[in-house]
Amino acid sequence: MRPALRRWVFLAGAAGLVAFYLWGLSGLPGFGNYPGPYGPAILRIAVAQTHATGVVSAVNFEYRGFDTVGEEFILFTAAAGTAIVLRMLRGERERPPADEARDRDVPPTSGAVRTVALMFTGPVVVAGWWLASHAQANPSGGFQGGVVLATAFILIYLAGEFLTFRRLSPTAIADAVEAAGAGGFAAIGLAAVCLGLPYLDNFLPLGQIPGAVSSSGTIALISFFVGLEVAAAFILIVSELLEQTLLIRHGGG
Amino acid sequence: MQVFPFIVVAWIAGVGLYGIVTSRNLIHQIVCLIVVQSSTYVLLLGVGYVTGAVAPYYYDVPVHTPAVDPVVQALALTDVVVEAAVTALLLSVAIQAHKRFGTLDPHELAEFKG
Repeated sequence: MRPALRRWVFLAGAAGLVAFYLWGLSGLPGFGNYPGPYGPAILRIAVAQTHATGVVSAVNFEYRGFDTVGEEFILFTAAAGTAIVLRMLRGERERPPADEARDRDVPPTSGAVRTVALMFTGPVVVAGWWLASHAQANPSGGFQGGVVLATAFILIYLAGEFLTFRRLSPTAIADAVEAAGAGGFAAIGLAAVCLGLPYLDNFLPLGQIPGAVSSSGTIALISFFVGLEVAAAFILIVSELLEQTLLIRHGGG
Repeated sequence: MQVFPFIVVAWIAGVGLYGIVTSRNLIHQIVCLIVVQSSTYVLLLGVGYVTGAVAPYYYDVPVHTPAVDPVVQALALTDVVVEAAVTALLLSVAIQAHKRFGTLDPHELAEFKG
């Protein structure tokens, strides 16, 4: 398609989109006047019913838990898809990341980057676990915590080198952790079914104090498994992308 | 009716879409798609906002304090995760396209078949 024609098609489509958007806006209750009923109904009952003070987590892992299973498997599929798309193609081979231009001086990682990255690795791991295990209390949860946990491994890559990153997060272990995370979520749902309850029903004791780490039953447990799954998925995706640039080369057989 | 947040949504989506249409580089195009998707976060959070309400967390405020809608916030969280997944997949496709055809220009890529 020629660029000029392309732009006209876009403008026609955009005009339609604007019309629909304005039509949709005219039916909204106005900013700041959200009327419900779904959200306010959940706000009224969530703390008493689930003992989670983080109502967003209660929605994600309890009221809309079934949707979140699907969401988690989207991430699982994306990690698998990345591995498949970035597989070694015909006419490519993997080789150790040896220096290809020996006469070129590779600038070493600067001391400042190393220090800062290593300094942050420990606290980032703690923060990641803290987030993943406090879904029931505050604006945290497995998704946020998992991403932060994965960041710790990427910091190691920044501080050291790709091989250290690979040794510390071997694909086999990351694969297993990812599977355990995704499978664990689905298994919690099935455990409820085995007890004669609906899928993903909250069958664990809810604890005495709403918002405590031990409260909210399956919400906290699911968040933990989601954290595992998300951390492993992101480590896998990043290491696939790094492998592409660092290990896989044209030529050979 | 306060419409400013919804104008912001339209603006973010508009610049992103314009970028996708005019872009000459796949990576740039993927970033533009992320921009378009960012508009949905503003839209979701804008729809669920309640004037004068707190965040839907009752950790240190009394239960039954008016709070903004938790469902759209949960949806925004889903949105972020899906975006990360989609971006990772698209970037890997862009890498393979560059390896196979030696270009990231969508106009040139369109000329290749198969």
